Amino acid sequence: MGSYIFRRILATIPVVLFVMLFVFSLLYITPGDPAAILAGDQATQAEIEAIRIDLGLDRSFPVRFVEWSSGVLRGDFGVSIFTRLPVSTMIQQRVEPTLSLMVVTMVIAITIAVPLGVLAAWKHGSLIDRAIMLFAVLGFSVPVFVIGYVLAWTFALQLGWLPVQGYTPFSEGPWPWLRSLLLPSFTLATFYIAIIARITRATMLEILQQDYIRTARGKGASEQAVLFVHALRNASVPIVTVIGIGITLVISGAVVIESVFALPGLGRLIVDSILRRDYPVIQAVILIFSFVYVIINLLIDLSYTVIDPRIRY
Amino acid sequence: MKLLEVRDLQVHFETDKGVNRAVDGLSFSIDTGEALAIVGESGCGKSVTSMSVLRLLPTPPGKIAGDIRFRGEDLSTKSEREMRRLRGGEISMIFQEPMSSLNPVYTIGRQISEAVRLHTGANTRAARKRAIEVLILVGIPSPEKRVDEYPHRLSGGMRQRAMIAMALACNPALLIADEPTTALDVTIQAQILDLLRDLRKRTNTAILLITHDLGVVAEFAERVMVMYAGRKVEEANVADLFAHPRHPYTQGLMDAVPKLGQVRSGKMSKALAEIPGRVPDLTQAFEGCVFAPRCPRAEDVCTHLDPGLEEKADGHFAACHFAPKEAARDKA
Ligand SMILES: Nc1ncnc2c1ncn2[C@@H]1O[C@H](COP(=O)(O)OP(=O)(O)O)[C@@H](O)[C@H]1O
Ligand SMILES: [Mg+2]
Repeated sequence: MGSYIFRRILATIPVVLFVMLFVFSLLYITPGDPAAILAGDQATQAEIEAIRIDLGLDRSFPVRFVEWSSGVLRGDFGVSIFTRLPVSTMIQQRVEPTLSLMVVTMVIAITIAVPLGVLAAWKHGSLIDRAIMLFAVLGFSVPVFVIGYVLAWTFALQLGWLPVQGYTPFSEGPWPWLRSLLLPSFTLATFYIAIIARITRATMLEILQQDYIRTARGKGASEQAVLFVHALRNASVPIVTVIGIGITLVISGAVVIESVFALPGLGRLIVDSILRRDYPVIQAVILIFSFVYVIINLLIDLSYTVIDPRIRY
Repeated sequence: MKLLEVRDLQVHFETDKGVNRAVDGLSFSIDTGEALAIVGESGCGKSVTSMSVLRLLPTPPGKIAGDIRFRGEDLSTKSEREMRRLRGGEISMIFQEPMSSLNPVYTIGRQISEAVRLHTGANTRAARKRAIEVLILVGIPSPEKRVDEYPHRLSGGMRQRAMIAMALACNPALLIADEPTTALDVTIQAQILDLLRDLRKRTNTAILLITHDLGVVAEFAERVMVMYAGRKVEEANVADLFAHPRHPYTQGLMDAVPKLGQVRSGKMSKALAEIPGRVPDLTQAFEGCVFAPRCPRAEDVCTHLDPGLEEKADGHFAACHFAPKEAARDKA
């Protein structure tokens, strides 16, 4: 087991390297001369040259990549072209809202979706099952920003229960913090709930046909125990997998949601930076999102062995 | 009072092709400590019958009617909660598929103690102790170690022993064993049957043994009920049945059995396949005797008149117009 964890962590290294290579290449594969574009129309040749040196475009790709990655490994992402601040400082200021948004979204999504999926499977074919699946289809197909506006209009503008937009840091108290996150998180969670609920329902339907479920009922276990102790644990591997895959969608959704609800997070930062062609910041944010994805998927892989004793590596 | 009494059980399934009358008017009973065997080809409604007793059938599509009494109490009036107390407590069940009947993600001990905790309110430690006890009872070697194993680490025979241990953990009055040996290979089959027989002697648990294998019956039960297409076609003591099978279907089953001595030699499995024809489609209405289309002795009367179950000799019932009847009997 210990050696498996070690090998699994080792296996992420090539992935991380590849991601770093890709992120770094962004600077080189975007069409046109980034330095010229950054400098603008009125720039002199000298200004363009200065930016070129700034971006390291004067040196060869491998040399620059080694420099950049050794900086990244030390937590140094360089200096923003636009603000002239260290990228790591800019990111530190923006991490909390995004991280909070993602965590609250995942918690909301999982606690709503899994019971819904279980309920739908348990009552499959019933009205309640069909209602849940209809909701799931809607959750897939309605764009995130539409859901966001509808929720904001209802709960913030009409009912006045929640703030329309903006972020309250956790240091100002957990309740104001949570209030500022509820609308964006629910919005972002909608499609996530939809996919988790669907996969939960499908897997549970299959598991509930298994002989050991009959055994559990045969020994007098309550329906609740049958569903949540005997069936759900067996259904967990696909559910956890889909939660992991969904992280990508949460990340890309966060970029949109932060704009809709004016959250000063990494999503906003990357949108702004793309508009400003602030390459060091773009690279850093993409890299961070990739790390999050890699780490969550590592945790998910490791969780399989905890969920199912038959899975051994 | 009988331990279990089933009267006029009807189990119907709503299907696309119509109503499948899987069990149609079945009656039987079991005394305390008795062993009754139900025999019949696959698909004749044996499992459905046993599942109905514990109300484990999915309804819908199933529909259960008739009278099922346990210790004289009508089970149809019991709430789901009361039924749960019965399941795995006073009535427990083991199933045909030992490979898939244990939950793969929990240890054997955890699954046995769950039953113990549910029915005795024992704490985790006491339940675990009981789990080890029953593992010893069913002859699993090094039970202290096995109790913490996951099912996939055990062989089929060991898993079936674990299932039996789970079923016996709360000292049931009735054990329903639905083809407990069918999925196992022959030597293991014999071991499991020996175990069940031995446990029955020691614990005085009544056993309802369901099988498609007459050979198993001969070795195990006191009374036998032969089922065909959801009905009882013959019932008798084991000795009577083997000495004088009265229903052509039973005779067919027996002719297919090579010799009783060969029961353990592994030549039993093809036995029941050798009656020509197939089990009828139970969604179709029919007249007369349900076995007539396959019966070598069928005559005109069989195709329009249902023979009904009749006592042909003392305690020996058969549903056949031509079953020999003992003359010197005054029937009440
Ligand atoms: N859940 C179900 N839905 C529909 N039909 C069923 C269901 N369970 C059993 N049946 C039908 O009931 C009949 C008897 O099945 P069963 O009792 O399993 O036979 P066996 O004697 O082999 O145990 C079969 O025709 C089967 O198709
Ligand atoms: Mg069966």
